[in-house]
Amino acid sequence: MPKTYADLLREARSQIREVTPQDVGALPDGDAAIIDVREASEWEQGHLPGAVHISKSYVEQQIEAAVPDRDAPVVLYCAGGVRSLFAAQTLQQLGYSNVASMSGGFQAWKSAGLPWEAPVILSAEQKQRYSRHLLIPEVGAAGQTRLLESKALLIGAGGLGSPAALYLAAAGVGTIGIVDFDVVDLSNLQRQILHTNERIGERKVESARRSIEALNPDVKVVTHEEMLLADNVERIIHGYDVIIDGTDTFETRYLLNDAAVAKNIPVIHASVFRFEGQLTTFVPYEGPCYRCLYPTPPPPELAPGCSVAGVLGVVPGIMGMLQANEALKVLLGIGDTLAGRLLLFDALDSTFTELKLRRDPACPVCSTEAAAARAAGRPLPIPSFAAASAGATSEPFVLGSQA
Amino acid sequence: MSTVFIPTVLRPSVGGNKQVELGGESVGDLVTALVEQYPSLRPQLLTDDGDLNRFVNVYVNGQDVRYLDGLKTPVGERDEVRLLPAMAGG
Repeated sequence: MPKTYADLLREARSQIREVTPQDVGALPDGDAAIIDVREASEWEQGHLPGAVHISKSYVEQQIEAAVPDRDAPVVLYCAGGVRSLFAAQTLQQLGYSNVASMSGGFQAWKSAGLPWEAPVILSAEQKQRYSRHLLIPEVGAAGQTRLLESKALLIGAGGLGSPAALYLAAAGVGTIGIVDFDVVDLSNLQRQILHTNERIGERKVESARRSIEALNPDVKVVTHEEMLLADNVERIIHGYDVIIDGTDTFETRYLLNDAAVAKNIPVIHASVFRFEGQLTTFVPYEGPCYRCLYPTPPPPELAPGCSVAGVLGVVPGIMGMLQANEALKVLLGIGDTLAGRLLLFDALDSTFTELKLRRDPACPVCSTEAAAARAAGRPLPIPSFAAASAGATSEPFVLGSQA
Repeated sequence: MSTVFIPTVLRPSVGGNKQVELGGESVGDLVTALVEQYPSLRPQLLTDDGDLNRFVNVYVNGQDVRYLDGLKTPVGERDEVRLLPAMAGG
Protein backbone atom coordinates (compact mmCIF):
# COMPACT_ATOMS: atom_id res chain seq x y z
CA MET A 1 0.00 0.00 0.00
CA PRO A 2 1.46 3.36 -0.94
CA LYS A 3 1.55 5.79 1.95
CA THR A 4 -0.66 8.87 1.98
CA TYR A 5 0.33 12.37 3.07
CA ALA A 6 -1.56 11.76 6.32
CA ASP A 7 0.54 8.62 6.94
CA LEU A 8 3.77 10.51 6.38
CA LEU A 9 2.68 13.32 8.66
CA ARG A 10 1.71 10.88 11.42
CA GLU A 11 5.09 9.20 11.11
CA ALA A 12 6.91 12.50 11.30
CA ARG A 13 4.94 13.56 14.38
CA SER A 14 5.80 10.29 16.08
CA GLN A 15 9.50 10.70 15.36
CA ILE A 16 10.07 14.41 15.90
CA ARG A 17 9.85 16.29 19.17
CA GLU A 18 7.67 19.39 18.88
CA VAL A 19 8.18 22.58 20.88
CA THR A 20 5.83 25.55 21.24
CA PRO A 21 6.66 29.10 20.14
CA GLN A 22 6.70 30.03 23.82
CA ASP A 23 9.34 27.33 24.49
CA VAL A 24 11.47 28.69 21.65
CA GLY A 25 10.95 32.29 22.74
CA ALA A 26 12.19 31.39 26.24
CA LEU A 27 15.47 29.92 24.96
CA PRO A 28 18.45 32.10 25.85
CA ASP A 29 20.16 33.58 22.77
CA GLY A 30 22.47 31.11 21.11
CA ASP A 31 21.15 28.09 23.07
CA ALA A 32 19.81 26.48 19.90
CA ALA A 33 20.25 27.00 16.19
CA ILE A 34 16.91 28.31 14.86
CA ILE A 35 16.47 27.33 11.23
CA ASP A 36 13.71 28.82 9.06
CA VAL A 37 12.92 26.28 6.33
CA ARG A 38 10.33 28.35 4.42
CA GLU A 39 10.82 29.72 0.92
CA ALA A 40 12.83 32.91 0.42
CA SER A 41 9.69 34.92 -0.39
CA GLU A 42 8.20 33.97 3.00
CA TRP A 43 11.45 34.70 4.88
CA GLU A 44 11.51 38.19 3.38
CA GLN A 45 8.14 38.96 4.95
CA GLY A 46 9.64 38.47 8.41
CA HIS A 47 11.30 35.84 10.57
CA LEU A 48 12.34 34.96 14.12
CA PRO A 49 15.20 37.10 15.47
CA GLY A 50 18.53 35.31 15.08
CA ALA A 51 17.10 32.64 12.76
CA VAL A 52 19.08 31.28 9.81
CA HIS A 53 17.24 30.79 6.55
CA ILE A 54 17.67 27.46 4.75
CA SER A 55 14.82 26.59 2.38
CA LYS A 56 13.51 23.06 2.91
CA SER A 57 14.76 22.20 -0.56
CA TYR A 58 18.35 23.09 0.46
CA VAL A 59 18.37 21.56 3.95
CA GLU A 60 20.52 18.55 3.02
CA GLN A 61 23.08 20.70 1.21
CA GLN A 62 23.38 23.58 3.65
CA ILE A 63 22.73 22.34 7.19
CA GLU A 64 26.26 21.02 7.79
CA ALA A 65 27.75 24.45 7.14
CA ALA A 66 25.14 26.19 9.30
CA VAL A 67 25.27 23.65 12.17
CA PRO A 68 28.53 21.67 12.06
CA ASP A 69 27.94 19.98 15.44
CA ARG A 70 25.46 17.12 15.03
CA ASP A 71 24.70 17.08 18.76
CA ALA A 72 23.87 20.79 18.90
CA PRO A 73 20.22 21.64 19.64
CA VAL A 74 18.38 22.65 16.48
CA VAL A 75 14.84 24.05 16.19
CA LEU A 76 13.23 24.14 12.76
CA TYR A 77 10.19 26.17 11.87
CA CYS A 78 8.11 26.93 8.80
CA ALA A 79 4.84 28.79 8.34
CA GLY A 80 2.47 26.32 10.02
CA GLY A 81 4.62 23.55 11.52
CA VAL A 82 4.34 20.84 8.84
CA ARG A 83 7.29 21.42 6.48
CA SER A 84 9.57 21.79 9.49
CA LEU A 85 8.53 18.31 10.71
CA PHE A 86 9.60 16.74 7.43
CA ALA A 87 12.79 18.80 7.32
CA ALA A 88 13.53 17.63 10.90
CA GLN A 89 13.27 14.01 9.74
CA THR A 90 15.92 14.77 7.13
CA LEU A 91 18.19 16.18 9.84
CA GLN A 92 17.70 13.05 11.92
CA GLN A 93 18.69 10.96 8.91
CA LEU A 94 21.82 13.09 8.69
CA GLY A 95 22.65 12.20 12.28
CA TYR A 96 21.45 15.32 14.11
CA SER A 97 20.54 14.04 17.56
CA ASN A 98 18.74 17.01 19.11
CA VAL A 99 16.22 18.28 16.56
CA ALA A 100 12.84 19.81 17.30
CA SER A 101 10.09 21.35 15.18
CA MET A 102 8.20 24.45 16.32
CA SER A 103 4.49 23.63 16.34
CA GLY A 104 2.23 26.12 14.59
CA GLY A 105 5.24 27.70 12.83
CA PHE A 106 5.76 31.39 12.25
CA GLN A 107 1.98 32.04 12.24
CA ALA A 108 1.65 30.74 15.80
CA TRP A 109 4.79 32.70 16.78
CA LYS A 110 3.29 35.96 15.57
CA SER A 111 -0.15 35.15 17.07
CA ALA A 112 1.56 34.66 20.43
CA GLY A 113 2.85 38.24 20.16
CA LEU A 114 6.47 37.16 20.14
CA PRO A 115 9.02 39.49 18.51
CA TRP A 116 10.02 39.06 14.87
CA GLU A 117 12.03 41.05 12.39
CA ALA A 118 11.94 41.76 8.67
CA PRO A 119 15.18 41.43 6.73
CA VAL A 120 16.50 44.22 4.52
CA ILE A 121 15.37 43.22 1.06
CA LEU A 122 17.84 43.00 -1.79
CA SER A 123 16.47 44.08 -5.16
CA ALA A 124 16.04 41.49 -7.92
CA GLU A 125 19.13 42.90 -9.63
CA GLN A 126 21.15 42.73 -6.40
CA LYS A 127 20.08 39.13 -5.85
CA GLN A 128 21.48 38.30 -9.26
CA ARG A 129 24.62 40.42 -8.90
CA TYR A 130 25.51 38.94 -5.52
CA SER A 131 24.06 35.46 -6.14
CA ARG A 132 27.41 33.72 -5.54
CA HIS A 133 27.66 35.47 -2.16
CA LEU A 134 24.06 34.64 -1.29
CA LEU A 135 24.80 30.95 -1.83
CA ILE A 136 27.55 30.98 0.83
CA PRO A 137 26.02 30.35 4.27
CA GLU A 138 28.64 32.58 5.94
CA VAL A 139 27.58 35.54 3.79
CA GLY A 140 24.00 35.05 2.63
CA ALA A 141 21.46 37.86 2.40
CA ALA A 142 22.27 39.12 5.90
CA GLY A 143 26.00 39.34 5.15
CA GLN A 144 25.42 40.96 1.78
CA THR A 145 23.17 43.54 3.39
CA ARG A 146 25.88 44.18 5.94
CA LEU A 147 28.43 44.74 3.15
CA LEU A 148 26.07 47.14 1.36
CA GLU A 149 25.77 49.14 4.59
CA SER A 150 29.56 49.10 5.21
CA LYS A 151 32.11 51.81 4.61
CA ALA A 152 35.70 51.06 3.62
CA LEU A 153 38.43 53.67 3.22
CA LEU A 154 41.36 53.13 0.88
CA ILE A 155 44.48 55.15 1.61
CA GLY A 156 46.05 55.32 -1.83
CA ALA A 157 44.60 54.35 -5.21
CA GLY A 158 47.87 52.79 -6.33
CA GLY A 159 49.34 49.31 -6.57
CA LEU A 160 47.68 47.94 -3.43
CA GLY A 161 44.57 50.12 -3.54
CA SER A 162 43.67 49.20 -7.13
CA PRO A 163 42.87 45.51 -6.69
CA ALA A 164 41.46 46.11 -3.21
CA ALA A 165 39.10 48.80 -4.54
CA LEU A 166 37.91 46.67 -7.45
CA TYR A 167 37.20 43.58 -5.35
CA LEU A 168 35.54 45.50 -2.53
CA ALA A 169 33.39 47.29 -5.11
CA ALA A 170 32.52 44.03 -6.84
CA ALA A 171 31.64 42.53 -3.45
CA GLY A 172 29.14 45.32 -2.86
CA VAL A 173 30.80 47.26 -0.06
CA GLY A 174 28.32 50.13 -0.13
CA THR A 175 30.63 53.07 0.49
CA ILE A 176 34.24 53.20 -0.66
CA GLY A 177 36.31 56.23 0.27
CA ILE A 178 39.55 56.92 -1.58
CA VAL A 179 42.36 59.16 -0.37
CA ASP A 180 44.90 60.12 -3.04
CA PHE A 181 46.30 63.45 -4.18
CA ASP A 182 48.21 62.16 -7.20
CA VAL A 183 47.45 62.01 -10.92
CA VAL A 184 47.68 58.94 -13.16
CA ASP A 185 51.15 58.49 -14.64
CA LEU A 186 52.17 56.12 -17.44
CA SER A 187 54.56 54.34 -15.04
CA ASN A 188 51.61 53.50 -12.74
CA LEU A 189 49.85 51.35 -15.31
CA GLN A 190 52.23 48.38 -14.94
CA ARG A 191 50.32 47.51 -11.73
CA GLN A 192 47.64 50.09 -10.84
CA ILE A 193 44.74 48.41 -12.62
CA LEU A 194 42.12 50.94 -11.49
CA HIS A 195 43.53 53.35 -14.08
CA THR A 196 43.78 53.28 -17.86
CA ASN A 197 45.91 54.66 -20.64
CA GLU A 198 43.23 57.21 -21.55
CA ARG A 199 43.30 58.62 -18.02
CA ILE A 200 46.98 59.56 -17.86
CA GLY A 201 47.12 62.99 -16.24
CA GLU A 202 43.68 62.57 -14.66
CA ARG A 203 43.28 62.75 -10.90
CA LYS A 204 43.57 59.26 -9.44
CA VAL A 205 40.51 59.64 -7.22
CA GLU A 206 38.38 60.50 -10.25
CA SER A 207 39.85 57.68 -12.33
CA ALA A 208 39.15 55.30 -9.42
CA ARG A 209 35.58 56.59 -9.16
CA ARG A 210 34.97 55.91 -12.86
CA SER A 211 36.34 52.36 -12.65
CA ILE A 212 34.36 51.52 -9.52
CA GLU A 213 31.09 52.99 -10.79
CA ALA A 214 31.51 51.17 -14.10
CA LEU A 215 31.90 47.90 -12.19
CA ASN A 216 29.13 48.32 -9.61
CA PRO A 217 26.68 51.24 -9.48
CA ASP A 218 25.56 50.09 -6.00
CA VAL A 219 28.77 51.57 -4.58
CA LYS A 220 28.89 55.15 -3.38
CA VAL A 221 32.42 56.49 -4.00
CA VAL A 222 33.68 59.24 -1.70
CA THR A 223 36.81 60.96 -2.98
CA HIS A 224 39.32 62.66 -0.70
CA GLU A 225 41.75 64.40 -3.01
CA GLU A 226 44.25 65.38 -0.37
CA MET A 227 47.37 64.13 1.32
CA LEU A 228 46.77 62.42 4.65
CA LEU A 229 48.18 64.80 7.25
CA ALA A 230 48.06 65.23 11.00
CA ASP A 231 45.46 67.99 10.71
CA ASN A 232 43.04 66.12 8.44
CA VAL A 233 43.47 62.44 9.29
CA GLU A 234 40.79 62.33 12.00
CA ARG A 235 38.25 64.05 9.77
CA ILE A 236 38.99 61.79 6.80
CA ILE A 237 38.84 58.44 8.60
CA HIS A 238 35.78 59.34 10.69
CA GLY A 239 32.81 57.03 10.15
CA TYR A 240 34.59 54.28 8.22
CA ASP A 241 34.32 50.66 9.37
CA VAL A 242 37.67 49.50 8.00
CA ILE A 243 40.75 51.12 6.42
CA ILE A 244 42.99 49.64 3.72
CA ASP A 245 46.50 51.01 4.10
CA GLY A 246 48.03 51.17 0.63
CA THR A 247 50.31 54.14 1.18
CA ASP A 248 53.97 54.16 0.31
CA THR A 249 55.57 56.28 3.00
CA PHE A 250 56.38 55.51 6.60
CA GLU A 251 55.17 58.91 7.71
CA THR A 252 51.65 58.27 6.41
CA ARG A 253 51.62 54.73 7.82
CA TYR A 254 52.47 55.91 11.35
CA LEU A 255 50.05 58.84 11.09
CA LEU A 256 47.23 56.55 9.98
CA ASN A 257 48.04 53.97 12.65
CA ASP A 258 47.91 56.48 15.50
CA ALA A 259 44.62 58.00 14.35
CA ALA A 260 42.97 54.64 13.60
CA VAL A 261 43.88 53.22 17.02
CA ALA A 262 42.43 56.33 18.69
CA LYS A 263 39.20 55.93 16.66
CA ASN A 264 39.17 52.15 17.10
CA ILE A 265 39.05 51.39 13.36
CA PRO A 266 40.77 48.24 12.04
CA VAL A 267 43.53 48.84 9.47
CA ILE A 268 44.45 46.25 6.87
CA HIS A 269 48.14 46.80 6.32
CA ALA A 270 50.27 45.72 3.36
CA SER A 271 53.58 46.80 1.92
CA VAL A 272 55.62 45.59 -1.04
CA PHE A 273 59.25 45.59 -2.17
CA ARG A 274 60.31 44.08 -5.50
CA PHE A 275 59.21 40.42 -5.16
CA GLU A 276 58.13 40.58 -1.52
CA GLY A 277 55.03 41.57 0.35
CA GLN A 278 54.02 41.91 4.01
CA LEU A 279 50.43 41.79 5.24
CA THR A 280 48.67 42.00 8.58
CA THR A 281 45.46 43.29 10.11
CA PHE A 282 45.69 45.77 12.95
CA VAL A 283 42.60 45.47 15.15
CA PRO A 284 42.97 48.14 17.86
CA TYR A 285 43.45 46.74 21.38
CA GLU A 286 42.86 43.14 20.19
CA GLY A 287 46.19 42.76 18.42
CA PRO A 288 49.34 44.81 17.99
CA CYS A 289 49.40 48.10 16.08
CA TYR A 290 51.93 49.31 13.52
CA ARG A 291 54.09 50.89 16.25
CA CYS A 292 54.19 47.58 18.14
CA LEU A 293 55.47 45.89 14.98
CA TYR A 294 57.91 48.60 13.92
CA PRO A 295 58.62 51.03 16.77
CA THR A 296 60.74 53.23 14.50
CA PRO A 297 61.09 53.64 10.75
CA PRO A 298 64.28 52.43 9.06
CA PRO A 299 66.74 54.78 7.45
CA PRO A 300 65.89 55.55 3.82
CA GLU A 301 68.63 53.36 2.34
CA LEU A 302 66.99 50.34 3.99
CA ALA A 303 63.49 51.13 2.79
CA PRO A 304 63.30 52.57 -0.69
CA GLY A 305 59.82 52.97 -2.19
CA CYS A 306 58.55 51.32 -5.38
CA SER A 307 59.63 54.24 -7.55
CA VAL A 308 63.23 53.75 -6.41
CA ALA A 309 63.49 49.99 -5.89
CA GLY A 310 60.87 48.75 -8.35
CA VAL A 311 58.24 46.10 -7.78
CA LEU A 312 56.90 43.19 -9.80
CA GLY A 313 53.44 44.48 -10.75
CA VAL A 314 51.58 41.39 -9.65
CA VAL A 315 52.99 41.55 -6.10
CA PRO A 316 50.89 44.55 -4.98
CA GLY A 317 48.07 42.91 -6.95
CA ILE A 318 48.25 39.77 -4.78
CA MET A 319 48.77 41.69 -1.55
CA GLY A 320 45.95 44.13 -2.37
CA MET A 321 43.56 41.25 -2.94
CA LEU A 322 44.59 39.69 0.35
CA GLN A 323 43.82 43.07 1.94
CA ALA A 324 40.36 42.99 0.36
CA ASN A 325 39.89 39.48 1.77
CA GLU A 326 40.83 40.67 5.27
CA ALA A 327 38.52 43.69 4.93
CA LEU A 328 35.56 41.53 3.89
CA LYS A 329 36.12 39.24 6.90
CA VAL A 330 36.29 42.23 9.25
CA LEU A 331 33.09 43.68 7.76
CA LEU A 332 31.22 40.36 7.81
CA GLY A 333 32.58 39.29 11.20
CA ILE A 334 33.59 35.88 9.88
CA GLY A 335 36.76 33.78 9.91
CA ASP A 336 40.07 34.62 11.56
CA THR A 337 41.83 37.80 10.52
CA LEU A 338 45.59 38.26 10.47
CA ALA A 339 45.43 40.23 13.76
CA GLY A 340 48.60 39.21 15.61
CA ARG A 341 50.11 37.51 12.57
CA LEU A 342 52.34 38.90 9.81
CA LEU A 343 52.10 37.15 6.47
CA LEU A 344 55.16 37.37 4.23
CA PHE A 345 54.86 36.60 0.53
CA ASP A 346 57.84 35.81 -1.67
CA ALA A 347 56.87 35.88 -5.33
CA LEU A 348 60.14 34.34 -6.55
CA ASP A 349 59.74 31.25 -4.39
CA SER A 350 55.93 31.35 -4.33
CA THR A 351 56.07 30.94 -0.55
CA PHE A 352 54.04 32.38 2.29
CA THR A 353 55.63 32.64 5.76
CA GLU A 354 53.76 33.52 8.92
CA LEU A 355 55.30 35.35 11.87
CA LYS A 356 53.74 35.87 15.29
CA LEU A 357 53.17 39.48 16.32
CA ARG A 358 52.55 40.74 19.83
CA ARG A 359 51.21 43.89 21.41
CA ASP A 360 53.97 45.97 22.92
CA PRO A 361 52.91 46.57 26.55
CA ALA A 362 54.86 49.85 26.40
CA CYS A 363 53.40 50.97 23.04
CA PRO A 364 52.93 54.77 23.07
CA VAL A 365 49.71 54.39 21.04
CA CYS A 366 47.84 51.17 21.85
CA SER A 367 48.98 50.15 25.33
CA THR A 368 46.48 50.26 28.18
CA GLU A 369 48.37 53.23 29.59
CA ALA A 370 48.27 55.05 26.25
CA ALA A 371 44.52 54.46 25.83
CA ALA A 372 43.84 55.69 29.38
CA ALA A 373 45.98 58.79 28.82
CA ARG A 374 44.10 59.53 25.59
CA ALA A 375 40.75 59.09 27.33
CA ALA A 376 41.91 61.53 30.01
CA GLY A 377 42.77 64.08 27.32
CA ARG A 378 46.52 63.80 27.93
CA PRO A 379 47.86 61.53 25.16
CA LEU A 380 51.31 60.06 25.74
CA PRO A 381 54.08 61.68 23.74
CA ILE A 382 54.80 59.77 20.54
CA PRO A 383 58.36 59.73 19.25
CA SER A 384 58.54 62.32 16.50
CA PHE A 385 59.55 61.22 13.07
CA ALA A 386 62.82 63.10 13.01
CA ALA A 387 63.74 61.88 16.49
CA ALA A 388 62.79 58.31 15.63
CA SER A 389 65.02 58.17 12.62
CA ALA A 390 67.83 60.20 14.18
CA GLY A 391 68.98 57.22 16.19
CA ALA A 392 69.20 55.16 13.05
CA THR A 393 71.08 57.47 10.79
CA SER A 394 72.77 60.84 10.85
CA GLU A 395 71.02 61.71 7.60
CA PRO A 396 67.60 63.37 7.85
CA PHE A 397 64.78 60.96 7.15
CA VAL A 398 63.65 61.25 3.57
CA LEU A 399 60.15 60.14 2.76
CA GLY A 400 59.72 57.56 0.05
CA SER A 401 58.28 59.04 -3.11
CA GLN A 402 54.84 58.25 -4.41
CA ALA A 403 54.74 54.97 -6.30
CA MET B 1 73.87 25.27 12.20
CA SER B 2 70.95 27.70 12.05
CA THR B 3 69.60 29.28 8.89
CA VAL B 4 69.44 33.06 8.83
CA PHE B 5 67.06 34.40 6.16
CA ILE B 6 68.22 37.67 4.64
CA PRO B 7 65.62 40.14 3.34
CA THR B 8 66.02 41.59 -0.15
CA VAL B 9 67.22 44.99 1.04
CA LEU B 10 70.11 43.46 2.97
CA ARG B 11 71.17 40.95 0.33
CA PRO B 12 73.64 43.28 -1.42
CA SER B 13 75.59 43.28 1.87
CA VAL B 14 75.81 39.49 2.00
CA GLY B 15 76.91 38.77 -1.56
CA GLY B 16 73.33 38.41 -2.77
CA ASN B 17 72.62 35.39 -0.54
CA LYS B 18 69.03 34.73 0.38
CA GLN B 19 70.02 32.68 3.40
CA VAL B 20 73.20 32.11 5.36
CA GLU B 21 74.04 29.05 7.50
CA LEU B 22 75.71 30.05 10.76
CA GLY B 23 76.71 28.36 13.97
CA GLY B 24 76.04 29.80 17.42
CA GLU B 25 74.15 29.23 20.62
CA SER B 26 72.14 32.46 20.69
CA VAL B 27 70.68 35.03 18.33
CA GLY B 28 73.53 37.33 19.43
CA ASP B 29 76.10 34.70 18.40
CA LEU B 30 74.51 34.44 14.97
CA VAL B 31 74.31 38.20 14.47
CA THR B 32 77.94 38.56 15.58
CA ALA B 33 79.03 35.82 13.18
CA LEU B 34 77.01 37.45 10.42
CA VAL B 35 78.47 40.94 10.82
CA GLU B 36 82.00 39.51 11.17
CA GLN B 37 81.54 37.70 7.89
CA TYR B 38 79.82 40.70 6.25
CA PRO B 39 81.05 43.87 8.03
CA SER B 40 78.92 46.23 5.92
CA LEU B 41 75.84 44.72 7.60
CA ARG B 42 76.85 45.94 11.05
CA PRO B 43 75.41 49.50 10.91
CA GLN B 44 72.21 48.16 9.35
CA LEU B 45 71.59 45.63 12.12
CA LEU B 46 73.24 46.98 15.24
CA THR B 47 73.49 50.23 17.11
CA ASP B 48 76.89 51.63 18.11
CA ASP B 49 76.34 49.95 21.49
CA GLY B 50 75.85 46.57 19.86
CA ASP B 51 72.08 46.34 20.41
CA LEU B 52 69.66 45.42 17.67
CA ASN B 53 68.39 48.45 15.74
CA ARG B 54 64.74 49.11 16.56
CA PHE B 55 63.79 49.13 12.87
CA VAL B 56 64.96 45.56 12.29
CA ASN B 57 62.87 42.77 13.74
CA VAL B 58 64.40 39.35 14.36
CA TYR B 59 62.27 36.22 14.54
CA VAL B 60 63.30 32.75 15.67
CA ASN B 61 60.96 30.12 14.26
CA GLY B 62 58.31 32.79 13.69
CA GLN B 63 58.59 34.38 17.17
CA ASP B 64 59.83 37.94 17.71
CA VAL B 65 63.00 37.85 19.85
CA ARG B 66 61.93 41.11 21.52
CA TYR B 67 59.37 38.97 23.37
CA LEU B 68 61.77 36.10 23.94
CA ASP B 69 65.20 36.97 25.31
CA GLY B 70 66.46 39.47 22.72
CA LEU B 71 69.98 38.77 21.51
CA LYS B 72 70.34 36.19 24.30
CA THR B 73 67.52 34.08 22.84
CA PRO B 74 68.96 30.57 22.43
CA VAL B 75 69.02 28.98 18.99
CA GLY B 76 69.54 25.35 18.14
CA GLU B 77 70.20 23.14 15.18
CA ARG B 78 67.83 23.73 12.27
CA ASP B 79 66.25 26.81 13.86
CA GLU B 80 65.11 29.43 11.36
CA VAL B 81 66.13 33.00 12.08
CA ARG B 82 64.58 35.76 10.01
CA LEU B 83 65.68 39.39 9.78
CA LEU B 84 62.74 41.61 8.91
CA PRO B 85 63.01 45.30 8.17
CA ALA B 86 59.92 47.50 7.66
CA MET B 87 58.91 48.17 4.08
CA ALA B 88 56.87 51.16 2.93
CA GLY B 89 56.09 50.45 -0.71
CA GLY B 90 52.50 50.42 -1.79
